[in-house]
This record gives sequence, C-alpha cells and structure tokens, in this order.
Amino acid sequence: MSDQKVYRFSDETMATAERIMRRYPEGKQKSALIPILHLAQAEFEGWLSPGAMDYVASILNIKPIEVYEVASFYSMFNLKQVGKCVIEVCRTSSCWLLGAEDVVRHIEKKLHIKAGETTKDGMFTLKTVECLGSCGTAPMLQCGGDFYENLTLEKVDALLDKMKEQGRRRVYTKDDMVEL
Amino acid sequence: MAGKKLLLENDHIEGIRSLRVYRQHGGYQSLEKALKQMTPEQIVEEVKTSGLRGRGGAGFPTGMKWSFLAKPEGVARYLVCNADESEPGTFKDRYLMQRIPHLLIEGMIASSFALGARTSYIYIRGEYFYVARILEQAIAEAYEAGLLGKNILNSGFDHDCYVQVGAGAYICGEETALLESLEGKRGNPRIKPPFPAVAGLYGCPTVVNNVETIAAVVPIIRDGGAAYASIGVGKSTGTKLISASGHLNKPGVYEIELGVPVEEFIYSDEYCGGIRNGKKLKAVVAGGSSVPILPADLILKTANGEPRLMSYESLADGGFATGTMLGSGGFIAMDEDTSIVKNLWNFSRFYHHESCGQCSPCREGTGWMEKILHKILDGNGTLADVDLLWDIQSKIEGKTICPLGDAAAWPVASAIRHFRKEFEEYVKNGKNIRDVKHYYRLNNLVEV
Repeated sequence: MSDQKVYRFSDETMATAERIMRRYPEGKQKSALIPILHLAQAEFEGWLSPGAMDYVASILNIKPIEVYEVASFYSMFNLKQVGKCVIEVCRTSSCWLLGAEDVVRHIEKKLHIKAGETTKDGMFTLKTVECLGSCGTAPMLQCGGDFYENLTLEKVDALLDKMKEQGRRRVYTKDDMVEL
Repeated sequence: MAGKKLLLENDHIEGIRSLRVYRQHGGYQSLEKALKQMTPEQIVEEVKTSGLRGRGGAGFPTGMKWSFLAKPEGVARYLVCNADESEPGTFKDRYLMQRIPHLLIEGMIASSFALGARTSYIYIRGEYFYVARILEQAIAEAYEAGLLGKNILNSGFDHDCYVQVGAGAYICGEETALLESLEGKRGNPRIKPPFPAVAGLYGCPTVVNNVETIAAVVPIIRDGGAAYASIGVGKSTGTKLISASGHLNKPGVYEIELGVPVEEFIYSDEYCGGIRNGKKLKAVVAGGSSVPILPADLILKTANGEPRLMSYESLADGGFATGTMLGSGGFIAMDEDTSIVKNLWNFSRFYHHESCGQCSPCREGTGWMEKILHKILDGNGTLADVDLLWDIQSKIEGKTICPLGDAAAWPVASAIRHFRKEFEEYVKNGKNIRDVKHYYRLNNLVEV
C-alpha cells in the first residue's frame, strides 16, 4: 500500500539506524523497530505514512504488517499528517487537578481548533495525552522532545507565539527548546 | 532533622551530571569495589542483606529476584532497567536520571557484574527523549573512561549498556510488556510462568529492575547491606524517592528514610509544606494512581489510631478496607475542593486508554467504567450505576494476565468504599453540580 513518494533516509540518519541495529545480538535486529520508527517520523514530516512504514520494514527486513501493528500500538507515532508543532497537553491526574483543562480550552480557543485537529496553516496540531511524568511541575505540555512545565495561560500564549514566529518543525529526536 | 540521603545526596552539586564531577564526589568507587574486591555472589548477598525492595511499585525483594536468575551454561543473561516511568503521579526516575545519570549507569554495570550480564538495556519511555540523550552522553563518557566496554577497570569484566526508547504506552512499564517492546513488538504482557528470570529478553534469563532500585545498589555496595538495612523501619529498609504532587505547597521529588510519618511528610517545611492556599486535605493517593485512594483521616492515621508512616507496611495497614500501598511513591494530595468522582473518572479514562486490549475483562471493563462515571458526572446516573461500577471492578481484579486490570479496579473500589456519599450526591443532584457540561465536552475530545 505504498504511496507515490519515494522514502529514503539521509546518509546521516541511515548511519544512526545502522548504529542502533548493532546494539542487539545477531538476528534480533527487529529490536531496532521503535527507535527507527522515531527516526522515520522525524525525517518524514512528523508522521508515518504507509510508504514510510514499508521503507522501515525494508531496512529491517521484516514484513510491513510487523511495522504497522507496532506503529499503531504506541501513542507517540502519528499515523496521520500533523502540524509542524504537535502540542501535547498532559490531561492526567496532577495536571488535571491543577488546571490542564483550562490549558486545553485556552489553546483550542487561541488556535481555533479542537483537540485532535490541525490548524489550517499546518503549523499546529493539538493533542491531549496521558501522564508525561511531570506531575510535580503541573500543568505541563510537551512539544517535540521538550517539556514545558508550571504552565500559566500567559506562558502558553508566549510559547505558541514564539513557535509560530520560528515556524520550525519540532520532533521528538531533537532538543529544540523555545525559551519563555 | 533532615533524613539520610543515599541517592540524592549530591544532586545539588553543579555539574554532577558529568563524569568528572560525579567521580570527584565518590562516583564509580562502588563499581571499583565490586569489580576488585567482591565476587558476584557477595554482591547478591549484600543486596539480600540490605532488604532492598523493588522501587517500581511491586516492592518485591531485589536480592531474591536476583537469586532466581537462571544460569544455564553458554546462554546470555540480560539486565534490563525499567525506566518506562508512566504511573500517574510518578516522576522520581526522570529526576534521578536527568540529575545524576551516572548513578544509574554505575548501578547498571555493578548489577550486571553481580548477575553475569554481558549486555544491559535501559528501556526509557519515549516521551523522556531528552533524558535518553542525557543517559547516552553519560554512557559515552563511561566508555571513554574505560568504565564500559572491554576489560572494565582491568577486571576482565566486559559490559555494554544501551539506551532503548519506547514510544508511549503505559503498559510497557509491566516487565514482560517491556521485554516485548524491547524486542520490537506491541507491548502485550506475557503469560507467566515462565518468568523473565528463566525466559526473558530473547528467551534468555533476564532481570528487570526499576531505575531507583538499580541506583540503590551503588550505596549498598559502598556501605554494605547491613548499613542500608539499618535505615528505615522494619522490612521497609533504606530510603525511597517520593514524587509529591497535587495540591501541595512544595511539590517535587523527596528522598525520605522509610518510616517518616505521613503527617510530617505533608505538613512539615522540610517536605511538602502543607496544602496550597491554606485549604484542608481531602484525600491522598499515596503510591501512584493505581493504589487505593484514602480520605485524609485514614492517610494520617491507621484505623487503630496509630500515626500512618511512609513505609510499605504502615501504608498497607488495614488491608484495602482502610489501608493502601506505597506503590511507586507517587504521592498525590487533593484539597477539600476536589471532586473524588471527577478525579476517578480522570483515572478511569487513563486506564481505558492504556489497556493493551489483550484480556477482555480489562479491555471492556475499563471502557464501561469510564462510560458509567461519565454518565454519573453528567447527572444521568442512578444508584444502581454505583453498584454496577462496583460489580465491574470486582470482575476485572485478579482476572487479567498483568496487573493493569488490578490497577484499574482498585481506584474505583476505594473511591466507592470511602466516598460513596459523594457518588450518591452526583446521582441525586448531578445536573446542578457546576462544570458538568465542561467535563462532558472534555471527554468528547478526539485523539489523533
């Protein structure tokens, strides 16, 4: 079920993938699947298209279904196109006790989208996610590899404005902190 | 008086994240002692003597877990560190790894030597990507200094340690789901037996330990198991990292000597400094979202009127009727304005979202519980719904392959047990309770 686009890692990413595959005993290279899916998601515009997943299967010499079933199990893998900045607001437990809903509502209003949607300009996707292990600094959100903690609505405004101004894609595999 | 610290003693020191500063403050001396002065069997004995119990939540004696490891000739053994910290309310491992990564690395190498593991993996949740990078830098430093790789410190012991990132799944904190994930599969827990000690990673004998457990091996080797066991109370030996959050004046990670009174932990300035905005304490979830919730009076004192202590035994005093569990040490405090029913719905949504779907009672039951709570919150519940909730949780508990089912059932059972009146209030008066509409809307949020 490949699309038309040709998927291929840059030499640098391929070198990283090969380095990861060497971490496991001979014949157990499937262990590299999740780390390599992260690399693919970072390299191919923040999401895993069927073509991208087929490409990962070819690297690891496994069946495409083995990739699909894993990619669809883990919440960090996007199986639909997403914005350049995926804003993931923690909605569980302590974050919820300390106002996570207000944060979600505020972002929805500001970006004119509901959680789960992407802005028309393709800049932001808003997601609500389960506990990110930042309960002592609640409420918090994650964007790319970075945590933004002890949020206030003012901080959220400043963060979204800066991200929009910078206009960069943010992915889990890179530190790309926006200073508040 | 401040308690003794074994793990976070040096966490305030600038640059402690680097190998150089870590070594200046005694880092890697335990590893040196282990490799040069001790046999693997002696290390296992010291860990047994220490009384150290698994710090991830189950509290199983670590030395005993280690001694179960099968050692067939010519078969590789593995140590896997569980850094998939995902229990709501728990953030201590993240704190430890990002502040003092070498403490974990040193523990990994020394523990691997004790277990005869030539390779170890640190499985860290994907959301902690930046922490994984800190660990990888620490590992690179350790290789460069000859603390990892071939012939470590001229001892003849070879060891490789790798970081593996997950990708967002609470269930991978369960050790067999973690191993599945590490093998590049969906995180579906395995049926036990066989236990990982016999057939774990790639079918080989494997020990899976929590970050804090492995870090605690470092002071145990340094000071001896007996010294470690002299700290704490009864079978709750040593120190424990507590992640304190919720309506507290000073949330954060605290290293306590096990046995500190709960009241002191909540109210003293040395720890959490009391409840925010001068409010009263209503309830506490003492060990991560999975453990039974207790109302303020039962968390401060046991049913017999004894002061409740931060220890495995004291928190469990009274069983589930009036007690709870230390669990992962995820201590969530709720003030007088908190709705227990809404909080429970928040937890139930979490378990529904995180159920791997393998066992029917958990896959279906968690969804039913979330929906019924939603109905009650919406003002459409009946008293029979409260009984139905009770019935469903009782049919999940103990009837699933892994403990996620229990973890989803206990919060429901304990909330009804201790706060039944509040459920009845929602049934009678739910339509008039403020914010109900809002919760309805929030629950309908669509996920990507």
